[in-house]
Amino acid sequence: MELKVLNKTIQVQKKSYNRTIKRIIIFVASSVFLSFIILLSLRFGSVRFSTSEIINSISNKQVSAGRNIIVNIRIPRTLLCIMVGANLAVSGALLQAVMRNPLADPGLTGVSTGAGLAAVAIMLAFPSMAGFLPFVAFLGGAAASIMVFTLAWKSGIDPIRIILAGVAVNAILGGGISLLTVLYSDRIQGALMWLNGSISGKGWNNVSILAPYSVVGLLSGLFCIKTANILQLGEDVAKNLGLNVNNSRLILSIIAAFLAGISVSTVGLIGFIGLIIPHISRLLVGSDYRFMLPLSAILGSMILLFADILSRTLFSPVELPVGIIMAIFGGPFFLYHLRKRGAYKI
Amino acid sequence: MIFASNLKIAYEKKIVVDKFTLDISKGEIISLIGPNGSGKSSILKVMSRLMKSLEGAVHIDGKDIHKLSSKDVAKQLSVLSQYHSTPPDFTVEEIVRYGRMPHQKWYETSTKKDEEVVNWALKQTRIYDLRERSVNSLSGGERQRAWIAMALAQKPKVLLLDEPTTFLDICHQIEIMELINRLNKELNLTVVMVLHDLNHAIRYSSRIVVIKDGKFVAQGSPEKVLTKQLLRDVYNVEAEISIDQRTGKPVIMPVGLCHESGLEQ
Repeated sequence: MELKVLNKTIQVQKKSYNRTIKRIIIFVASSVFLSFIILLSLRFGSVRFSTSEIINSISNKQVSAGRNIIVNIRIPRTLLCIMVGANLAVSGALLQAVMRNPLADPGLTGVSTGAGLAAVAIMLAFPSMAGFLPFVAFLGGAAASIMVFTLAWKSGIDPIRIILAGVAVNAILGGGISLLTVLYSDRIQGALMWLNGSISGKGWNNVSILAPYSVVGLLSGLFCIKTANILQLGEDVAKNLGLNVNNSRLILSIIAAFLAGISVSTVGLIGFIGLIIPHISRLLVGSDYRFMLPLSAILGSMILLFADILSRTLFSPVELPVGIIMAIFGGPFFLYHLRKRGAYKI
Repeated sequence: MIFASNLKIAYEKKIVVDKFTLDISKGEIISLIGPNGSGKSSILKVMSRLMKSLEGAVHIDGKDIHKLSSKDVAKQLSVLSQYHSTPPDFTVEEIVRYGRMPHQKWYETSTKKDEEVVNWALKQTRIYDLRERSVNSLSGGERQRAWIAMALAQKPKVLLLDEPTTFLDICHQIEIMELINRLNKELNLTVVMVLHDLNHAIRYSSRIVVIKDGKFVAQGSPEKVLTKQLLRDVYNVEAEISIDQRTGKPVIMPVGLCHESGLEQ
């Protein structure tokens, strides 16, 4: 009898031990994979470099055309992908905790269409102000998400009302974007690239603008891990545990909108990352945000980098907007996920 | 210990409870009973600050629960709702650990004391061996014990339960009721619960409170309150009441519905 109990205890410990090991392996593997993809991102493009050329040009101060491409184009572009991918994935993960809905996506807060309308207005109607584009796009995103939250607020934030308000606001602003593109159909080329998300032609100035905001946003996201976990237990349990559910939902949504806002205002609209990365992350390490949220950031960077490499190599020298790649590959994945939903591996 | 005074509860504009007052002393097991839609669950929700009342107040040890911080309330009172949902991979131990949340600052992780309390709660509810299982893989009764363990990890003085035995078979119903009874006796935990099963209410509560259409009808010891006449008035049910030889408590045996014309066969 004693032995049986002891055996059971050992089994139980073994199981939790296995889970921890599995999580560690996944984190190590995804970090290694991310480094590998970063290297690929530096190597591939319209001009290809070998690894030694990259190391040389980073360590060597000598000015050359190759070094110029690596230092002033490839590195900032890679850094942007890392930040934007992480921002969007974390944003989506936080929103999914708020909504307790697997379809929650940063776009739901109105932030993407808001930024989109503002950006398209600048590009098409006021091209002379193009320098202010990221700033104006951010304001547009912020205004739209404030609109969604105001509409959704009724003595508290109700996830269903956010979703409905988000859909409505997105429809209205999306109509605005369509209207502008029809009215200024002669200038649509640049706007089209932006609306589908494009990381080409970005440099160190974009990195230096985005980096501090990303750090602030991602760190705030990390501070929400406990709250996100408790929100997953449902409203009544969260309230019972002393969590102010309304404030928590609002704070998490604001951080999510902020992360998505700074990202789309820099690189344009990139869909699917905020939607699918948290799901992949959950499949790999489970729904505990202590593991799921950091892994989402890593995977978000990884997938966006990968999509960006494809976007500049598939039809080289033509570059595709990375948003198109994400949609083409993200859509089928999402369908696959729908078919086998509920199967958590851990 | 808990004093609910003059509660008026409404959803939108529909008033579901009016002028309800209840004073609960330490160590009692109180069952709120009444027909469906009588407002008993709403009363439980207001008493546990999950919901606000339109009028009236709930005091715990003399302090208004809506004026205390939600976290301070969570250290004294724990409420178990009827429905629960968790992410499919959360384990029993993880769920129970969240019960320590009210005792931690937002940046703190589990201390040694927290772990001790979690293990204690798991043992009290006899699910220590199930602690690594995911909550969703448990049977209904085990799952309910896991949630009670989470509530215990809060180290509350009062436990409020909304129909803790619905969805359970008769064996697990008794198991849960016995557990609640034991926690009340051994830990001197005050228990307030909404129950549908009148015989459970009689067997396990020290006091029964009857509610109909959002209004207080009667309260007192089970033997005194649950009379044939009360069952007719409140539930529209004709019942035989006998005395159980072993417990000395009444047992209700419904025989049919009653109408103005009398007993319907």
